[in-house]
Amino acid sequence: MTLNLSVSPDFPPAHLSGWFIFNTWLQRQLGTGVHLELYDSFEEQREDIRSGKIDLIYANPYDASMLVRELGFKVLVRPRNRADETVIAVRKDDGRNAVEDLQPGITVATTADPDVHIMGMIMLESADLDKSNVTFREYDNYVLVAKALLNGQADVGFFLKAGYDELSELVRSKTKSLVDSQISVVHHTLVAGPRMQEHIELLTERLLNMEEDLKGREVLKSMGLDGWDRMEDEQTEFMIDLIDTLID
Amino acid sequence: MSENDTGSVQEVLIKYFDGTERLAKIVDREVPYPDGKLIVSRTDPSGIITHANRAFVEMSGYSREELLGVNHYILRHPDMPAVAFKDLWDTVAQGKKWQGYVKNLRKDGAYYWVKATVIPNIRNGELVGYTSVRRKPSRSKIKESEALYETLR
Repeated sequence: MTLNLSVSPDFPPAHLSGWFIFNTWLQRQLGTGVHLELYDSFEEQREDIRSGKIDLIYANPYDASMLVRELGFKVLVRPRNRADETVIAVRKDDGRNAVEDLQPGITVATTADPDVHIMGMIMLESADLDKSNVTFREYDNYVLVAKALLNGQADVGFFLKAGYDELSELVRSKTKSLVDSQISVVHHTLVAGPRMQEHIELLTERLLNMEEDLKGREVLKSMGLDGWDRMEDEQTEFMIDLIDTLID
Repeated sequence: MSENDTGSVQEVLIKYFDGTERLAKIVDREVPYPDGKLIVSRTDPSGIITHANRAFVEMSGYSREELLGVNHYILRHPDMPAVAFKDLWDTVAQGKKWQGYVKNLRKDGAYYWVKATVIPNIRNGELVGYTSVRRKPSRSKIKESEALYETLR
């Protein structure tokens, strides 16, 4: 039986090849075929998850809620030191220096990344801004969000902090952050579906030991990760409860 | 910081719903909510704090050790009407999410406003506690809440 691996569409493009390398590593560990299916669209990926096409996924925290509570998936591990944080940025020459300087009627450049969008909107609340008094422009990635800011198509941009940090030096130097989230307990996770049941114990052990050998470290590096930490069920539930409080 | 703060200091006897009470120092000084942070805590079903994140420790002025094991009402400011907390507990007891604006009392007597969301934690169909996540409220919502709570005290 071939298993299907997928990755949340918000992974940094620079690490695309890393996921193919991980897929090869995974097949060796499990001794079974694994197909890597990548998506540009969060919604298209969710449809395939719901129809049972995905067995193992590097999921964003928002989708982890659906995977665990609705579809019976189990979170195995999380990437070490890779919390998902959000940045709200404006152009460098913008006179506004705090979220509270923003006024109703602004245009927000955002992506379909649910965690970043939700956290971005939460951080705008302190300026009495919500979906009723801002205009959204949705872009496919953070480079395009930055471009929209720089060419004046948007007043502010929502970025995954890792995506913001990976913008070119030139682009970043033309923007400034109004606020960075510091949540630290919301992060991506590697989540296994029901057909992975027989592999869970072995896979978790191999993932936790990846950083112990040279080959494993190379695979991790290619994905831009330092290593994996085990996620106990209660840690997962805690993260999902926290996200639930943020969703209206 | 609120423009109406006087910095005045007084001692107030706070009575809690369970019959206990304490004499608390109340200082009319707002500590601004930190940008970008969420204050997170969890309690058991009776309201005893079982988890406090760093932002909670920093904003409350208590150490983590002081917070764990005590009732969440240690944060209750005497300006908050009891009816607001009754609404909170009635709502979460029905398994629903509660959201509202809360003026919290710090250990040093100063205060901070939050927009709070509380949800019940259900595990295998059983209520095991509550998660409360607080975020930065807007000044206009704080003003509205101050006016409303004054009529409810």
